[in-house]
Amino acid sequence: MKHHEPQIDTSPEVSDEVRKTTCYMCACRCGINVHMKDGKVAYIEGNRDHPVNRGVLCAKGSAGIMQVNAPSRLRAPLKRVGPRGSGQFEEISWEEALEIATDWLGRIRKDDPKRLAFFTGRDQSQSFTSFWAQNYGTPNYAAHGGFCSVNMAAAGIYTMGGAFWEFGQPDWEHTRLFMIFGVAEDHDSNPIKMGIARLKERGARIIGVNPVRSGYNAVADDWVGITPGTDGLFILSLIHCLIKAGRIDLDYLARYTNAPFLVNRDSTSPDYGMFLRDAVGTPQVIDRVTGRLAPFDRPGVRPDLSAIHREGHITHKPVMHLIAARYLSKDYAPEAVAERCGVPAERIRAIAAELARVAFEEEIELDRQWTDFRGETHQTMRGRPVSFHAMRGISAHSNGFQTARALHVLQILLGSVEVPGGFRFKPPYPKPVSAHPTPHSKATPDSPLDGPHLGFPRGPEDLALDDDGNPARIDKAFSWENPLSAHGMMHMVISNAHAGDPYPIDTLFLYMANMAWNSSMSTNRVMEMLTDTDENGDYVIPRIIYSDAYSSEMVAYADLVLPDTTYLERHDCISLLDRPISEADAAADAIRWPVVEPDRDVRGFQSVLIDLANRLGLPGFVDEAGAPLYTDYADYITRHERKPGIGPLAGWRMGRMGLTHGRGAPNPKQLQSYIANGGFFVKHIPPEAAYMKPWNRAYQDWAVGMGIYDSPQPYVFDIYSETMRRFQRAAEGHGEHQPPDHLRERLKTVMDPLPIWYAPLEHDSVDGDEYPLHALTQRPMAMYHSWGTQNAWLRQIHGENPLYLPTRVWQAHGFAEGDWARVSSAHGAMVVPVAHMAALNPNTVWTWNAIGKRKGAWALSDDAPEATRGFLLNHLIHELLPEKGDGLRWANSDPVTGQAAWFDLRVKIEKVAAPAQSQPAFEPINSPVGKGPDELRWKVGK
Amino acid sequence: MTALPDKTERKMGLVIDLDTCVGCHACVVSCKGWNTENYGAPLSDQQPYGADPSGTFLNRVHSYEITPDDGGAAQLVHFPKSCLHCEDAPCVTVCPTGASFKRAEDGIVLVNESDCIGCGLCAWACPYGAREQDAAEGVMKKCTLCVDRIYNENLPQEDRVPACVRTCPAKARHFGDLGDPDSDVSRLVAERGGFDLMPEQGTKPVNKYLPPRPRDSLQSAETEAQETWLEPVAGEAKGFIAWLDRALEKL
Repeated sequence: MKHHEPQIDTSPEVSDEVRKTTCYMCACRCGINVHMKDGKVAYIEGNRDHPVNRGVLCAKGSAGIMQVNAPSRLRAPLKRVGPRGSGQFEEISWEEALEIATDWLGRIRKDDPKRLAFFTGRDQSQSFTSFWAQNYGTPNYAAHGGFCSVNMAAAGIYTMGGAFWEFGQPDWEHTRLFMIFGVAEDHDSNPIKMGIARLKERGARIIGVNPVRSGYNAVADDWVGITPGTDGLFILSLIHCLIKAGRIDLDYLARYTNAPFLVNRDSTSPDYGMFLRDAVGTPQVIDRVTGRLAPFDRPGVRPDLSAIHREGHITHKPVMHLIAARYLSKDYAPEAVAERCGVPAERIRAIAAELARVAFEEEIELDRQWTDFRGETHQTMRGRPVSFHAMRGISAHSNGFQTARALHVLQILLGSVEVPGGFRFKPPYPKPVSAHPTPHSKATPDSPLDGPHLGFPRGPEDLALDDDGNPARIDKAFSWENPLSAHGMMHMVISNAHAGDPYPIDTLFLYMANMAWNSSMSTNRVMEMLTDTDENGDYVIPRIIYSDAYSSEMVAYADLVLPDTTYLERHDCISLLDRPISEADAAADAIRWPVVEPDRDVRGFQSVLIDLANRLGLPGFVDEAGAPLYTDYADYITRHERKPGIGPLAGWRMGRMGLTHGRGAPNPKQLQSYIANGGFFVKHIPPEAAYMKPWNRAYQDWAVGMGIYDSPQPYVFDIYSETMRRFQRAAEGHGEHQPPDHLRERLKTVMDPLPIWYAPLEHDSVDGDEYPLHALTQRPMAMYHSWGTQNAWLRQIHGENPLYLPTRVWQAHGFAEGDWARVSSAHGAMVVPVAHMAALNPNTVWTWNAIGKRKGAWALSDDAPEATRGFLLNHLIHELLPEKGDGLRWANSDPVTGQAAWFDLRVKIEKVAAPAQSQPAFEPINSPVGKGPDELRWKVGK
Repeated sequence: MTALPDKTERKMGLVIDLDTCVGCHACVVSCKGWNTENYGAPLSDQQPYGADPSGTFLNRVHSYEITPDDGGAAQLVHFPKSCLHCEDAPCVTVCPTGASFKRAEDGIVLVNESDCIGCGLCAWACPYGAREQDAAEGVMKKCTLCVDRIYNENLPQEDRVPACVRTCPAKARHFGDLGDPDSDVSRLVAERGGFDLMPEQGTKPVNKYLPPRPRDSLQSAETEAQETWLEPVAGEAKGFIAWLDRALEKL
């Protein structure tokens, strides 16, 4: 037969129009081009101009089209008509829904505003929702950071004025050695993949430290399959090797850190462990030029890392002495930590040697002149091309804060933070603790809170305690139990509200937080708490309002449901006041805008909050006559000013001479400018200001011009945390703010001002012989939390989640493909399908996060694999530690920040006969939206 | 039976880097989105919200564990698979209607859906399992190398690449003319030791794979060069401070 070809059209019309907005299929906030045909979403691709993703897009982002057509989408406001948890609702009008909410919220505000607990989940509008909550007047507000990665964020802020991900990034163009700790397959998603690609192109080495070798760890040149919870010990051993060999950047430490600060070493002195300060409170160093005391920041001062100073009878030593004394200890020698870490001593030494070699042998210099905060001009920018990134894997342990601090100190000792080739901050970071607020929690009826809820305590006087010293917040954030809980503790809200500890509440108001399922520890108990009744038959948590776009498990437990839009149907701003999308070389922010209109009776939650604020007459939202200031969220984004000239969006503001960026008056056409520019704004940092930002006068001045700071805020890195020492000192019995006695010993240990390692708390409280395995979850790259499961395309990639077992465990128990296992912790048991994985720490089991679903939720059929074979590890994790017999409720959280210690979990495993479905199994909930179609042939064009 | 062209002017195809692919499935879904909306019938999904969801995909990522013979740690390799646009494509020659064809211009293997009777012979003939019959439409679907993108005058020049290549966050996918030894993709194959998938099948696949680079070399600091980086300046704090004084003098 002769070759024959038909003619085909190789230049079809792609779409009628491209609308550019911001993705929300996970937390990355990539730019997307939404191709429209006949007014419908036809195709989504990455926006090449966008600073975050530069054109690429992950599986989730490309599947956004299946999120808009998802059958799980709520259709109208819902009022519960059956018992809580049944999923029985009636659809009501928005007017009725808003009247109900206004009635409930209005009464609470008048009587006792703290009886409202308002917590938002994966909220990207926290500067707005917190503003609402502050003006409402409840102290009980936070988003989901407490159960996500507050350890990483808070340790970064307290140590160096910023952390990973949203705060900064590796210098992808210059780094030669990149080391990641506990990074699963997100946080962030596309930028890390793009960065890894760039490093591979450049021939840089990547070392992955993670018990599981998947995703980024699978493509790393070297994989360290560490034992969970021991990263801090491993890092301190690297520090030990580097200090012992003198492979630390002394010049950098002297100039840009508090390593030369003089510390009072007299244990009988009231200021023991505190810095020596001058009359105006500036920490003192010895100046190597004069050999005398000097304020660390005085022009011309060359701080000495070594010289001891005696004043009166009191000896003061530089922090560097304390560092050497601590980390040169044999306790941190590779041989001493190897077994606990599951990493051979010679491998620890090899990695330390490689860090030293790259940092010092491959030192780089950029030909850029800059002037530091002491006024010294440097002809070049010198860099040490070693960079780090870390996330949940080290953060979600009860020793995560100190571990994250250890990692930050490691990069600082190498002199690799904010230098070419190292880790770089993204505006509005760097930002010292002193530029952040302290927490506020004083509630007054009919009035706003006394200040912002969340902040960074400087000492015990900043804790959120009432006049009797009891926690002022329902989640006990900023209490002695976890003093530095900078993101709140969402995982404790339901448990504490149910226990009435520290007090009962009236209304629980949640947004985008699936607390009745994958966003709670001990999910089964949370469901009981949400439905529990008192002796009168009333719910212990009297009222629950919930806003979500989808029929999630949590919807079934709400009394009133406020249906949200999808991300393609709403206005949003990704603000420099909030969680920005900046790059190390640029400040950037972005919007979402309705590229399609909702086809149902749903409203963007932020606009609903404005409507409620107007009905409640909240200050900040209405004028003195009670007239609304804003009609909806788009109007707020455009016209709200946090302070004169500073609004939610930095681009295209009104200056005296026309349009300007950064500081400026509101511009009524601002959103149109954003839309015309592809949905985002980017302002590049001049080259001479792009590195050394905390100390670089050019950057500090640029940041002031942009409205990021009101005045230059140069600072040095806090290797030694005086804030932590203040808490430790209080625990030792000094000062007027004293912790309860039962917390003293713990505070003395965990508030150590230099990084330490201690075993995760659960490991101390459960029998390691009985529960020999560590159990973890990771989030797949193609799925984000529960949102993905309703997505017809993504659930074909990850529709179930076996428990992966290492070879040793697999063989010891005689498992074979298709087997099931009973997995038990000190808190519960479950029966789940298992699978073998060789590339895994030999004492660790793991599964994918949030694949398992409750029957009836998300418009899936009751026999969907997510509901029959999928499971949540959450059932095995308690929000409290096992009882100690002291009558106290000890949170399963980091004792410094309150971060939920998800990854401390210990389990045991046994082979069992396959059940009909994963256990525990729960009764189906009634779906308020019905079920999805049997077939999809989705083509919106012709 | 259907004839192949005697030769093709170019050999357009993909080079997939197994060293870099993180297994994120971005290419899978981008492909699904583009090809649902474009060339031929949409890629349908059966039981999309049910017990056994199954849809048509033109590109899938599989993951394999490899345990090195030397006792080193197990490795995970992500392996994206789609039509390899073989020079001797058995899926074309087996086609009874001429629906399957290979383009003389660029070597792309396509299915003319209006001539496809859904007999499935081509899927059976393909040794790579790269074709999927759409259950709703009853026709054979396969990677088109985005033939409706790569020449599309309605797209900017830089976007005239397959959807999977444009979207790949890890830059693990490269597109070009593998018949031109001077093309970027041919050079990449030469530099990195690119290989054919199952060459013994004799189909002469155009797509190439780049092997993972060696892993886990950083096992001990045994070499002299490495040891010099860890040579102690002091065993204890006191000695370290003495060294510190000397080191500071030199700054």
